[in-house]
Formats: sequence, structure tokens, C-alpha cells
Amino acid sequence: MIHVIAFYLFAVMTVASGAITILSRNPVHSVLWLILAFFNAAGLMVLVGAEFIAMLLVIVYVGAVAVLFLFVVMMLDIDFAELRAGFVRYFPFGALVAVVLLAEMVLGIGAYKAGAIVLGTPDGSAATPAGASNIEAIGALLYSRYLFLFEAAGVILLVAMIGAIVLTHRERGDTRSQKISKQNQRRPQDATFNVKPEVGKGVQL
Amino acid sequence: MIGVEHYVVVSSILFVLGVLGIFLNRKNIIVILMAIELILLAVNINLVAFSAFLHDLTGQIFAMFVLTVAAGEAAVGLAILVIYFRGRGTIAVDDVNRMKG
Amino acid sequence: MSILFIVFLPLLASILAGFANKSLGFVVPKVLTTGALFIACILSWPIFISFLGGNAEAHVVPVLKWVASGTMTFDWALRVDALTAVMLVVITSVSALVHLYSWGYMSDEPDQPRFFAYLSLFTFAMLMLVTADNLVQMFFGWEGVGLASYLLIGFWFRKPSAGAAAIKAFVVNRVGDLGFMLGIFATYLVFGTVSIPEILHAAPSMAGSTIGFLGHRFDTMTVICLLLFVGAMGKSAQLGLHTWLPDAMEGPTPVSALIHAATMVTAGVFMVCRLSPMFEQSATAMHFITFIGAATCFFAATVGCTQWDIKRVIAYSTCSQLGYMFFAAGSGAYGAAMFHLFTHAFFKALLFLGAGSVIHAMHHEQDMRFYGGLRKKIPITFWTMTAGTLAITGVGIAGVAGFAGFHSKDAILEAAFASGSSVGTFAFWMGIFAALMTSFYSWRLVFLTFFGKPRWIQSEHIQHAVHDAHGHGHDDHAHDAHDDAHAHDDHAHDDHAHAAPDIGSSGPDYADHGDGTGGYHPHESPLVMLLPLLILSLGAVFAGFVFEHYFVSEGEGAFWKGSLVFPEHLLHAMHGVPLWVKWAPFTVMAIGFVTAWYGYIRNLDFPKAVVAQIGPVYTFVYRKWMFDELYDRIFVKPAFWLGQVFWKVLDIGIIDRFGPDGAAAVVARGSTYAQKVQSGYLYSYALVMLLGLVGAISWVIAG
Repeated sequence: MIHVIAFYLFAVMTVASGAITILSRNPVHSVLWLILAFFNAAGLMVLVGAEFIAMLLVIVYVGAVAVLFLFVVMMLDIDFAELRAGFVRYFPFGALVAVVLLAEMVLGIGAYKAGAIVLGTPDGSAATPAGASNIEAIGALLYSRYLFLFEAAGVILLVAMIGAIVLTHRERGDTRSQKISKQNQRRPQDATFNVKPEVGKGVQL
Repeated sequence: MIGVEHYVVVSSILFVLGVLGIFLNRKNIIVILMAIELILLAVNINLVAFSAFLHDLTGQIFAMFVLTVAAGEAAVGLAILVIYFRGRGTIAVDDVNRMKG
Repeated sequence: MSILFIVFLPLLASILAGFANKSLGFVVPKVLTTGALFIACILSWPIFISFLGGNAEAHVVPVLKWVASGTMTFDWALRVDALTAVMLVVITSVSALVHLYSWGYMSDEPDQPRFFAYLSLFTFAMLMLVTADNLVQMFFGWEGVGLASYLLIGFWFRKPSAGAAAIKAFVVNRVGDLGFMLGIFATYLVFGTVSIPEILHAAPSMAGSTIGFLGHRFDTMTVICLLLFVGAMGKSAQLGLHTWLPDAMEGPTPVSALIHAATMVTAGVFMVCRLSPMFEQSATAMHFITFIGAATCFFAATVGCTQWDIKRVIAYSTCSQLGYMFFAAGSGAYGAAMFHLFTHAFFKALLFLGAGSVIHAMHHEQDMRFYGGLRKKIPITFWTMTAGTLAITGVGIAGVAGFAGFHSKDAILEAAFASGSSVGTFAFWMGIFAALMTSFYSWRLVFLTFFGKPRWIQSEHIQHAVHDAHGHGHDDHAHDAHDDAHAHDDHAHDDHAHAAPDIGSSGPDYADHGDGTGGYHPHESPLVMLLPLLILSLGAVFAGFVFEHYFVSEGEGAFWKGSLVFPEHLLHAMHGVPLWVKWAPFTVMAIGFVTAWYGYIRNLDFPKAVVAQIGPVYTFVYRKWMFDELYDRIFVKPAFWLGQVFWKVLDIGIIDRFGPDGAAAVVARGSTYAQKVQSGYLYSYALVMLLGLVGAISWVIAG
């Protein structure tokens, strides 16, 4: 019973948050509603028994991605007032398309319920071993069968990180950074030179 | 009782909302990125639901990877957005037509 | 065996000289080609002499297998018999002398290796033609000489008129070649072989049969012979297909001497004589040949009387003499035709080379109106050209002796008369009349060029020469006048062996421009040019007398030995002609000489008075009987029009429009439409993606 109530609560909240995310006028509000959507989705996942993924959702999505969104939204100086034009024009067409899409998905579900669609049957090799918690089971699977993909995922993150830095890095004219190559190239004979300054005059360096 | 179809319905609605968000909004690019996150979320829910109901952990492993990629994509996407804003001074969707052929 | 050397040495030399071009310098290619030709010449004369002695037999030297396709087989093979031997000495001797002559004449030319390579190539092709054992090989030689002629006429290809003349020669020849090819095809169809001995052997058996041509039945041998003769008409510039020969004078003079006097144009005569057993089977064809030969002879002689360009006079003279050869062949006297070919080669080449010497001396001026009084300046040229003119006009005493042309031309005229047919009589009178005109224009040429007062002051070429010389200073006349005359074209003239001494020192002060010279003094040609002239003049003087016995004498046939038809009865008839027939050629020659002397030495206003009298006739003849204009109207303009239609309407308008241009236009238009899809707006792209997704899902669900 409580299971059902919890499910419907989380489900409704997720959908509503998602809707308001895209409808909201203020981008900061949008981000906050997105965060709420993530939380509720995590809740859904906990209900189903995948608590590791749920926590991952909260930590990564909410803690990192949504915060990043927030940073960017606040950094870019967006003018709210002039937005919103043209929304109404496309709404009927868009709504039609969305309804069609939704209808098709529901049709698919109906077919499943009627038994016309057979879900794939797993061979049990990836099932949770008895007595192991979700995280233990995932760990066992991740570090054995999907090790390469795991490492590859790490590389992807590395690349994304470097990519983001490279893209946005810019030279500021008033800062002075180290030029390593220049430092390495310096020879002793260039490092110092003798100057004989005249009395009362300075030196040109 | 709650069967897999309930979760699939939720996932579908979220997906559709995300898609709507991409082409309905006339506001700015950030909303598009957020809509993409919604889509990915929907997919994640779907994967996890099926994984649980079929007792196959592969779904959850894959959901992890989706998460990874989503994070990476959000980072790079926002970086591009920042640069674009630096160059253009606006991220209103109507003004982003540099790819006009 | 030596025939292999004779035929292939020139080819080898040509290839080496041609491909090496200027990388070996100038001397090596010249020496190679000239040397090869002289070797070939030296090897040819013994063959000829052995046939003269009656000892040699006709033989075939096989070279290479060529075609073995079902029942049609023929090989590359060289046939040597009396007829071939005659042609061998003619070709190799004249070619060797022309090669030597060109050392001097073309000494200024920057493209000498190419010239000598072409000359040797031509010689090779001509030799292949005359040694051919089958019709296809003969055709190979036929086409080869046509090619060489094109290359040599258009040697100075940067001059538009030369290029046009070369094309004209080739195209007109092509028309003749079409007839020749059809003749060969018909021959193969009828006889089942292209081997000449076999055809000639089988020819009598085909007399009287009929062949279907263009929907009607005709006499077989007539059709074949007429078709073959059309080829000869093209190659030998007979009336109808003659228009290319005068324009061929655009080529250098040695080329004219070799190709358009002695050898290539005589290929048609050779072919008729070689295939004489075939021609004997068709009286119609023989009559036609006689008629065309006579008409050409007359026509060319009339035009030659009016021309001012020294080379063109000699060109029309060639055309006329070829007419003689053909009507001799048409009358059945093939031996006489070959005899005239033999002597004509010598004196016509002599005349051309002599004209070249004059042109060389006159700084490339070719218009005789600007000559005059040259006999003192270039005496050796004068005497050799006089010998040639005596030969061509046929000066001689009947029954005793004469110059070369006398013997051969009289033999022809007697044969025409003796043949007894109406067309033969027509040919005889045409020949007599043409002999009169031949004498007239030949002596006219000599008198205009070598006698009288110098008239070259108005010549542009001379003025150029003098102006260039003036730049070098003008104080010491005795010395400078000599140098100035050739200071302009200089450096390559080092091999000048001056036959005439320092001309400034003899006679009056030539710098006085009142004598019509304009300060220009022609000088004699170098020894390399004079030597061929001297050798050829020997031939012009003696060849007739020495060789008549072998070529046309009665009862012998020992010389020809079946290589061509030797009509005994005709020879008997020839010796029985009335006395006036024997004396007629001499008479008209004298009349022509006197007329020319009167008009160009005694009374210089006489020619103008005559022209004024006959006004339109003169214009008609001067304009070459309007043949060029006629052909232009009938063939050239329609061809161009057709070409324009095919180009503008069909090629551009239809093929290009629907093909490449059309495809390109469609693509361009399509991309303009496709451009509109690329709006650049992210949301519209996303929308399209979504629509695609929905479509895909619907497809899966519905399917």
C-alpha cells in the first residue's frame, strides 16, 4: 500500500517538475525545478530497489550537473524580459506531435499488457547474487565483466573535462603566466649580463 | 500493483516533455540543455525499471554509463554555450542561426 | 636482298632523326638521312642496270607476316621487277639529291632535323608503295606519302596559308583514296585476293562479267578500274581533284621538287602501269583515263601560261605532264608513260630545284615580275634551268636525238595518234596544243627570270634585304654591297662557296638605284645546292636518248618482261605514223619558243596587248578556271554549314543541354531548394528530428 502511494507521489512530482522546468520563464527557476525532478526520480529508483543508482543520481546530477547549470545561468547575463515571443504559434502543432508520441508509447504498453510483446529473458548471469546488496552486486559486475567500459567511461570524463577547459580558456591580457618552454630554453649566458651604469643614470633591462 | 508498465509510462511522459521542451521553447539555449537532461533522466528511469523487474543488473550498469555521458555532455555543452555567449552576446534561440546554409 | 636496305634505311634514318630532333644538333640528323638516301641510291642503280641488261628476274623478298584472317592472307613483301627498278632509281636518286640540296636551301631553318626526318619518311613510304606485292601494302605506301606530303607542305605550320594548303592537299587526296579503297574492296570481292600477281593473272578471266554497284549491274573490270583510277586522279592531281597541287607550293621548294614533281604525284601513273593487265580488260576505263589525262594536260597548260609565281608555273607544268602520262597509259602505251615519268622526274626536279636556287638568290621573292636579268648574276642556275627547259619543251630532231623530254613526249603523242580511237585522237590534239603552251610558258619563265633588265627594286622581299643591310653601314660599295646582300641571314651561311666572285667589283657602280636593282645583288647558291642541279641536268639532257631503247623500243619488251602490259601492235602502229605527226611536236615547240621570245624579249608590250584583247578569257584562265570557287560553293560551304548545324543545334543545343549542362542545372536548382531547409535554427532541426522519430515509431507499430 505504502508502496503504491509512494510511487504515485514520486511519479506525479517528477512529471510536474519536468513540465514546469520547460515552461518556466526564469532560467534559475527552471534549474531548481529540474533539481526537484532529479530528486523524485531518485526516489522512484529507490522504490524499485536500485539504491546505488538513486544515490548516484543525486550526487552526480544534482550535486554536479545541476549546480553547473546554475553557475552558468547566473554567469550569463540573460535578459528575461524579451523572451517568450513565438511560443503560442507553435504550441498546437507541438502538442499534436507530443500527443502522437505519447499515444504510441501507451499503445506499446497496452500491447505488452495484452501479451503481444515478449520482454527479453536474461540468462541470469547478471542477476543479483543471494544475500548481496545492490551496491555489492553492481561492484562485482562492474569490475569484472564491464571493466573496459568502466575505464572507458573514465576516459570520457577526462576528455570532457579537458574539453571544457580548452574551450573556455582565454588569455587575459593583464595576467602573466609561466611559459615553461621559455624557461627551459634559457641558457646561462642569457640569464645574466653585466651593465655599467653611469652615475645618475638608470639601466635598461 | 505497480508493474513495469507504470514506470514505463512515467518514463514516456518525461521523455515527451523533454522533447517538447527542445523545440517548443523560444527562450534560450539553457532550457534546451535542461530538456536534454530530462530526456536522459527518462531513459535512466526506464533502464532501471526494466533492470529491476527482469532481475538483470546490466540495466543498472548501463544507467551508470548514461549518467557518465550525460555529465560529460552537460559540461561540454555548457562550455560551448559560454563561449558562444562570449562571442555573440545573446543566447536567445531566435538569434542562433549561424548554421544557415 | 639489297632491296631491304634500300627500303628500310630511309625509315631508320627518319626515325632516328625525327626522335632525336635537336638533341643531336643539326649535322648528325642531316648526315644520317642524306647518307641513308645516298646508300639507297647507290644500291638501286645496279638493280636497274641488271634489268636493263635483261639478266635479272622479277622476285619477291618477304619481310613479315601481316594478316592471316580466314581466307584473307597477305604479308609484307617487297617485289622487285623492271617496273619497280625504274621507280627505285627515280625515287632514290631524286630524293638523295633533294636531301643534299636541302643542306643549302634550308640552312637558315631552325627545325632542320624535323625536315630531313620527314623527307626520309616520305621516301620510305614511296618505296613501300612501289615495291608492294599486294594492294593493301600499296595502299599503306599510298597513305604514307599522303601523310608525308601533309607534313611537308605544312612544314612551316605557323604560317596559316601553309596549314590550310596542307589540309587541302590531304582532304582532296582523301576523296581519291575513297575511290581507291572501294576499288581494292571490289577487287577483293571479285578476285578473292589482294595479291597483285594473282590478280593480274586472273584479270583476263573476269572480262565481260558484271558486278552490282549502287543498284545497277555494270561491267566488273570497268567498275574496278574506274574506282582505282579515281584514287590515281587524287594522288596525281588530275582534272577534278587537282586543286591541291598549286597550293602545295606553300611547302619548301625541295619538297615541291621531290614530292610534287618526281615521286608522289607519279604514284598514280605507277599504279595504273602496275595494274595494266587489269586496265587492259576495260576499254571504257582506258578511254576515261585518256580523256581525263588529255583534259588535264590541256587545262593545266593554259593556266600555267598566266601565272606569275615561278613555282606555280612549274606546278601547273607538272600537272600538265602528268596528264600526258595518263593519256599515254590510257592509249595502251604504258611503256611510254613510264618513260615520260622517268625523264620527267629528272627535268622537273631540276626545274624546281633551279627555281629554288633563284628564290634563294632573290631572298625568297617568288614573283617573276620582280626578276629579270639574272643570267649574269647566277649563271650556273641559269644554264641548268635552260637545260631543264630544253628537256621539257622537247627540243630535238625526230629520228636523231634530242633532250629527254623530246623522246618521251614524242613517244606519247605518237602512241595517242596510233591508238586510232576517237578519244585517242582527241588526246593527240590536246597534247599537241599543250606542247605548244608548254613551250610557251617554259620559255616565258626563263625569259622573265634570266633576261631583260632587273626589276626587283619594287619587291618587298628585296627591300627587306636591302634595309637590313643598310643598318650595317654603307660606305665601301665594292666590299659592303657584297656583304650587305647577305648580312641579314648570316650565320648559317658559312658553307657558302661563292661561285660568283665579289660582284661589287665588276661592272658599274650598282649602288646607283637607277638600274632597278635597288642596291641588292643576288648571289649564286652554295655548292651543295648547285651539285644536284648539275647532276640532274645531265639526266635531263641524256636520259631520253640513252634509255629510249629500253623503255619503248619495238619488239624488245625484254626490259619490261611482263611487269606491265607491252603492246606490240601499238608499237608497230607508232612507227608507222605519218611524217607530219612526227614533226608536229617540234613545230609547235618552235612556235611556242618564238612567241615567248617575241613577247618577253623583243616586244615587252605584246603580252599586255594580248591580255587586253582576250580580257574575260584571261581572267578565267588566270583564276584557274574557277575550280576553287566552284568547289568552295559546292562542297566547302555546305560542309561548313553542316558543321555549324551539328555544333550549335545538335551538340550544344541537344546533347549538352540534356546531358552535362542539364544535369548541372538540375543539381544547382535542387540545391537552391535544399538550401531553404538549412535555416540554422536549432529548434527547427530538433523538430525535424522529432518528426522523424515519430514517423519511425509509427512505421514499426504499423508494420
